[in-house]
Amino acid sequence: MEQNTHHPTRLPMRAKLATTVAGAAASVSRLAGKGDGSVIGGRIGLRLEPDLLSLLAAGRQVVLVTGTNGKTTTTRLISAALSPLGFQIASNVYGANMEAGLTSALSRAPDAPIAVLETDEKYIPAMVKATRPKVVTLLNLSRDQMDRAAEIWLLARRWREALAAAPDCRVVANADDPLVAWAAGSARQITWVAAGQRWREDSWCCPNCGAHLQRDGDDWTCRECGGRRPPVSWMLNGDEVIDPSGRSTSLDIALPGRANRSNAVVALAVAEVFGVHITQALPEIRGVTSVAGRYTQVTRRGCDIRLLLAKNPAGWLEALDVIAPPPSPVLLAVNAQGPDGRDTSWLWDVDYRRLRGRNVLVGGERRLDLAVRLEADEVRFRLVNDIDEAIDAARSPSLEVLANYTAFQQYRTVLGRTQ
Amino acid sequence: MRPLRLVWVFPDLLSTYGDRGNVLVLERRARLRGIPVEVVEVDSDQPVPRDGDIYLMGGGEDLPQTLATRRLLADGGLHEAAQRGAAVFAVCAGYQMLGVEFGGADDAPVKGLGLLDIRSGRGERRAVGEIVADVDPGLNVGRLTGFENHQGVTRLGPTVRPLARTELGTGNGDGTEGAYAGRVLGTYLHGPALVRNPNLADLLLYWAVGPLPPFPPQAEELANRLRAERLAAVTPQIA
Repeated sequence: MEQNTHHPTRLPMRAKLATTVAGAAASVSRLAGKGDGSVIGGRIGLRLEPDLLSLLAAGRQVVLVTGTNGKTTTTRLISAALSPLGFQIASNVYGANMEAGLTSALSRAPDAPIAVLETDEKYIPAMVKATRPKVVTLLNLSRDQMDRAAEIWLLARRWREALAAAPDCRVVANADDPLVAWAAGSARQITWVAAGQRWREDSWCCPNCGAHLQRDGDDWTCRECGGRRPPVSWMLNGDEVIDPSGRSTSLDIALPGRANRSNAVVALAVAEVFGVHITQALPEIRGVTSVAGRYTQVTRRGCDIRLLLAKNPAGWLEALDVIAPPPSPVLLAVNAQGPDGRDTSWLWDVDYRRLRGRNVLVGGERRLDLAVRLEADEVRFRLVNDIDEAIDAARSPSLEVLANYTAFQQYRTVLGRTQ
Repeated sequence: MRPLRLVWVFPDLLSTYGDRGNVLVLERRARLRGIPVEVVEVDSDQPVPRDGDIYLMGGGEDLPQTLATRRLLADGGLHEAAQRGAAVFAVCAGYQMLGVEFGGADDAPVKGLGLLDIRSGRGERRAVGEIVADVDPGLNVGRLTGFENHQGVTRLGPTVRPLARTELGTGNGDGTEGAYAGRVLGTYLHGPALVRNPNLADLLLYWAVGPLPPFPPQAEELANRLRAERLAAVTPQIA
């Protein structure tokens, strides 16, 4: 381990001042009830010392985690998987994943020799430069809130350039996602993981030359330029993980769904880079039951409610796989505030036909957009104004809730009050 | 009766944001009227069928837009269909592709399909947000409501007409929005543009099959509510 090279006391004076002031601002923000304070704290710190993030990251072993979906969960799973090392781990557990959030996470844990940092997709180039990570984890790349996010082919190109310029960094990447594989392909050291790809609408064509890809199961090849899925060392195989020695182990994790099994395999691959064997890492991953309110079960007025968060078509596709089978009713909720993306067009990229014949409720501020979408897929539903109306309409001991970001947060706030 | 044939051109390259919505809306509104429908999805490694009735092209990033244009020029199927009088409906990147040229990666001019006398390039700022535009009264479509997300600026030549006059948003960049000539029509309203604009969907169906029988009004009650809600949400910005 290289943790001895980390000396927080060596921070230059201005950086120390910046972290102190930033910490105070974060505390004030928390006391004022304005979130967890990580963004405002980080912003103030960076104002005082623009290189604060680099200074705070120096000497630590940093893992950056990015991708369109699964960042927050995978960050949590990697932190769990690394816990057998016995070191304090800095992490932006609340999902503040831009420069200020990363800065805040590091300044709050000045003595942590390891940092596992969720990173917004478009900040990867800048954050790779600033934190000089030991590992960059690339999960997947698909369309997401395109009214404010960069286009994904462009994003993949920027990842590729950033990783080519970071020869000391190991990339742990999903070989089953052609766009991710192309972006990761420029790295000097790569651990390829067959983490699967449920959503394919953004990768029918070769990211290198644009030709239509030949796809057979999870395998993909390009007949034009010869690009192909790289050979993998870790693999998700149904409910099992196959490790680099070829041994198969049942994952048996608490978090639901294929996407989370995929995230778990990626976390195991990252743990191995740190020398944590699967036999030590997997029990820690199994112990994670909820991530920032996701997958949480709550009871309100006698109804067991499970909350699922999904923000884009790929996320909704995976979430629809996860929801309990009939007769359990389903509440779908959509908003289009800033953090959600103000455009609801993405609803038309999701196939809802499997909800036909189910008890479906539709809520959220943009419920009419979703209603018209469901009508086109011949899915019957009822419109509801809030969670209590949904509970009344569900007439069931349980309710599955699938919501996008601010709709999810609104329900969480309401449900939190009834605990 | 030969089914109405909807041809979705290159969804593997041009389907960035809910473009399937336009296919589904046309299909539904035809079926509600008892018109049988066949949907043909044509990937970019396949030839474009010549015998379609309505051709749909969606949005895409710069590189896919250039690749798709190159393949359509080489294939020739879409041109043949358009010359025969088939309807063509294209949004966003697809709209630019219909023109004589458009700005590709790094804004280098790319030769377009030449089905509309328009030229597109890159504007100063990205236009992102709700758009409202009043359609050429001759088309009997009324007001359009949609979402735009592009950095294109489009100049219209003498042989096309603007589709609409922009009331909110950017559109072509000169107070007009979209363009049409004959039965070839393009718009900057991106993704599922027909969802909130049933009259525009019906215009395309009318071009393809002639006068349309009515259907029960409750079948479009939700779409009309959504349309009214979206228009009401931006009304303060229009006045």
